[in-house]
Amino acid sequence: MSTDNQYDAIIIGAGSLGTPTAYYLAKAGLKILVLESVASVGQGSNKRAIGGIRATHSDPAKIRLCLRSIEIFSHFHEEFGEDIEWDQCGYTFVAYSPREEKILKDLLSVQKSYGLVNDWYEHHDLLKIVPDLNPEGLIGGTFSPYDGSASPLLANHAYYSHARDLGVDFHFSEPVTGFDIDHGRIKAVQTRNGKYSSYIVINTAGPFAADVGKMAGIDLPIRPDSHEAAITEPVARFLGPMVVDIRPAPGSSNYYFYQHITGQIIFCITPSPNAWGTDVNETSVFLPMVSKRMIEIMPRLKNIRVRRTWRGLYPMTPDGFPIIGWSPEISNFLLGIGLCGQGFMLGPSTGELLTRLVTKTLTIEDNETLSYLSPLRKFEGQELLK
Amino acid sequence: MPNYRIKKHPILPVPEFEEIEFTWQGTPLKAKKGETIAAALFANGIRVFGHHHKDGSPLGIFCANGQCSQCMVIADGKPLKSCMEIVKPGMKVMPNDDYPVLPQVKKVPTLNNIPEYKTPVLIIGGGPSGLSAAIELGKLGIDAILVDDKQKLGGKLVLQTHRFFGSTNAVYAGTRGIDIATLLDREVRSHPSVQIWTGSTCLAVFSDKKVGILKDGTNYVLVEPQVILVASGAREKFLAFKGNTLPGVFGAGAFQTLVNRDLVQPAEKLFIVGGGNVGLIAGYHALQAGIGVVGLVEALPECGGYKVHKDKLVRMGVPIYTSHTILSANGSGKVESVTIAKIDEQFKPIPGTEQSYECDAVLIAVGLDSVNEFYHKAVDFGIPAFVAGDAEEIAEASAAIFSGKIKGYEIAKSLGVDVGEIPAAWYRTGEILKSKPGQVYNEEIPEEHTGVLPVIHCRQEIPCDPCSTLCPHGLIELKNRDIRSVPTFIGSSYCCEACENCVTGCPGLAITLVDYRTNPDRPFVSIPYEFSREVISKNDFVTILDTEGNSLGETEIVDLHINPNSDRTLVVQVEADKEIAPLIAGIRIQTAPITQPMFQYVNHVADDTIVCRCEHVTAGEIRSLIRKGYRDINEIKTVTRACMGACGAKTCASLIHRLFREEGVSFDKVTDPSRRPIFIEVPLAKFAGESEEGE
Repeated sequence: MSTDNQYDAIIIGAGSLGTPTAYYLAKAGLKILVLESVASVGQGSNKRAIGGIRATHSDPAKIRLCLRSIEIFSHFHEEFGEDIEWDQCGYTFVAYSPREEKILKDLLSVQKSYGLVNDWYEHHDLLKIVPDLNPEGLIGGTFSPYDGSASPLLANHAYYSHARDLGVDFHFSEPVTGFDIDHGRIKAVQTRNGKYSSYIVINTAGPFAADVGKMAGIDLPIRPDSHEAAITEPVARFLGPMVVDIRPAPGSSNYYFYQHITGQIIFCITPSPNAWGTDVNETSVFLPMVSKRMIEIMPRLKNIRVRRTWRGLYPMTPDGFPIIGWSPEISNFLLGIGLCGQGFMLGPSTGELLTRLVTKTLTIEDNETLSYLSPLRKFEGQELLK
Repeated sequence: MPNYRIKKHPILPVPEFEEIEFTWQGTPLKAKKGETIAAALFANGIRVFGHHHKDGSPLGIFCANGQCSQCMVIADGKPLKSCMEIVKPGMKVMPNDDYPVLPQVKKVPTLNNIPEYKTPVLIIGGGPSGLSAAIELGKLGIDAILVDDKQKLGGKLVLQTHRFFGSTNAVYAGTRGIDIATLLDREVRSHPSVQIWTGSTCLAVFSDKKVGILKDGTNYVLVEPQVILVASGAREKFLAFKGNTLPGVFGAGAFQTLVNRDLVQPAEKLFIVGGGNVGLIAGYHALQAGIGVVGLVEALPECGGYKVHKDKLVRMGVPIYTSHTILSANGSGKVESVTIAKIDEQFKPIPGTEQSYECDAVLIAVGLDSVNEFYHKAVDFGIPAFVAGDAEEIAEASAAIFSGKIKGYEIAKSLGVDVGEIPAAWYRTGEILKSKPGQVYNEEIPEEHTGVLPVIHCRQEIPCDPCSTLCPHGLIELKNRDIRSVPTFIGSSYCCEACENCVTGCPGLAITLVDYRTNPDRPFVSIPYEFSREVISKNDFVTILDTEGNSLGETEIVDLHINPNSDRTLVVQVEADKEIAPLIAGIRIQTAPITQPMFQYVNHVADDTIVCRCEHVTAGEIRSLIRKGYRDINEIKTVTRACMGACGAKTCASLIHRLFREEGVSFDKVTDPSRRPIFIEVPLAKFAGESEEGE
């Protein structure tokens, strides 16, 4: 084998997590290869993400990681010199019934203790932030002003071009076909073009992470759940934050929408029951279901014209939290999997975290974060703001 | 107040209409009740509808077919496509400058469940092929729903004023397109098993085997068919040249729609790009509507369209520049001139050959692509699907009619209806109708100078046969009865009774009659004529032309009459010397000055050539990415937003392919952009089942 095929780390998947990870590892001086099954960067789940970036989560690990991601996104232009359509528009979780009011208020103290700026706003105060909300039945809601949105496509592409500038090799249309494993270590990664050896291998294969695990002989508890989304024509700016409605209704457990910096409304719904599997073909159910719910809380949306719809995969874990850490079975196999549809917002900070794992430069805080996301945890809890 | 309505037309009726009032930027204007906002604006001389959000450049109409989004206006506060929306009394129409402001809505409208329908057959598209299939299904009593996004059935037939080519027996050859549309419309409506939904756009074929349709333009419904027939026709290819987004640059279909359907004059002087049948016919239609045609460029050494169409146009005095291309449309805010140049064998412009012509419109007719995405979705999702007409393969409308008929039978068969074997001869006829023009033969000029002799100026093999059915004595013959062969007159000069049926019935206007009976030295020549009667009259002197448009001198019109067996084609009789009489194929309509080049050629506009009309992405931006190694069009989309706009890559995808080809990248290395629903932009409320009272 030529030394050309010898890498410090091989990353499987050039998506929301794999691409920033490649960048940060290369920046740390490592020789990196990224293997991607499709034709270019971010063409799996990344481009299907709607672009929301929030630290408004229910657990310390994701709050902390996303606070860091927000820091990176808000300084992206300074650091990378590229416009990724970042907009610090904030997030609002609205309450139209006492159930949501209670869930949201209960979370505030946990969220605040980890540094998240998030507050409860009563009916009239929330209407000042989102004037077009249907006031009828509106109790209030939380608003976290530092959350935001950006273009997943542009952000991932920026990481990609900068990673390439740092010497990262990207091989597209080259899926992994197997591994050479010896004494609990991956010796080489196989593709139809040959074998590549590396000291470590990082699984950032998104919804296909379990398939990659299977090739290495291990079971990873990742199941893709398929969500539909859509984008409208651009209109003059009228909506500030991302609006999330966590009320369950027949067919869906929640939905959310925001106005991207380009003026377009982007929206998505969480199917209930889950739509397990890798089918990303559009269904007739989505548009009628989501549009009704959206117009009910924001009648002004009724005249905006829908431009396109698509469907993307959420790589779910049993408890709704990511799995970050070394594989217990294969010692040089690092897992950055199960980001549960939040790969884009978690990507930059998790990429840094994976880099610190590899370079053995973890902080005390990192170790605490990783304890929540450990591959060895019992998967008993449930994420409340999925 | 300027008025750009067509007041007289040699073929189309110009009906009386009820006037209504609307406003444009606050100024009251008159509109015709029932016309589109775009037509109303054009009738009032308004050709700039807004400005692009990215660079502020002016926007006009481009497709007039609801497909692109260039003609957006704000009507009563709502952004909408002016080419599809009917103008209403009192409507306040504003230009679409920058992003529209969504109107305030205080009350949640009444939202209903989305109605669902089941049907054995869903036909998408009510053009020649869809209607023909529906008629066959109707005859067999099979239930079907036919949807079409226009108000009137017939597809592009409703824009065609000329007589059709093809087979008289199989597909109404010799009848005008507009009349075929009426015939098919009447017939399909006579079959109660076929439900017709006009003004209804198919939006998406979903993986759960349902089809989303915006019924009557207002209600979103889902249809679950057992079988789908996709007969959605074709879309026009776009062309990259400087100034290609200036208002006044039209797709051929848009121009024909405005002229022949809406009866407005979108321009006064037109330049045509593309010498296929579409471009040639559009030129002829423009002349019929009183619009000057400055010239036509064709990149190939010969026009790809039927020679008879080309000959018709050159005889009207329209210069055709083969081996030429358009370099730029020029003008500030609108088309004011066009610059063309000769090209070499590699299609590269030859410096020094540039010429500019004054014009206010450029018509692009550089080919068609099948609109077949619904078919592919249906196949992917396991719905039994058929495809017919241009959606299957680009060909003449006659071929589409016949392919629809065959598909109708095939669908019946697939549903288990006993229709017997579909005759093999039908498939042969279907293929013959699709055949491309063949060999060109020299003209045969009769040597006799006695009696009456038809002269057939149609010398190219094309699938067409009305002449052979029109002669009452059967004296015009097609060799081996093959409709693709060149017709011959098999009689002698004493057999023809000068009924002139062949003269007025030939769709190519390529038959004349030379009558030597009165004066063998100065015979009369009967020439078909489809232009305004006001332009010429008896005793006028006119320039007579040979088949190719070369002048044969001047002569006097001795008579102008109607053939009782023909509709709307007149016969002009001129007198000429016996030597030149058989050579005469037409008279010149358009005067020469309109076609003269400008003294100096106009330099290209400084802007780079736009490839993506929606997002204003230039060829330069895309080319540089290709040179950097980009091969996935999705990645180009990521970086530039090309293909992300309102039209959904309908106009730019083929141009991006072309850029790859120019850069020497083969298609197997290129990944196409993802194509996603929905077909056109639709307000959110429609999907939520808003009832109309909610407005």
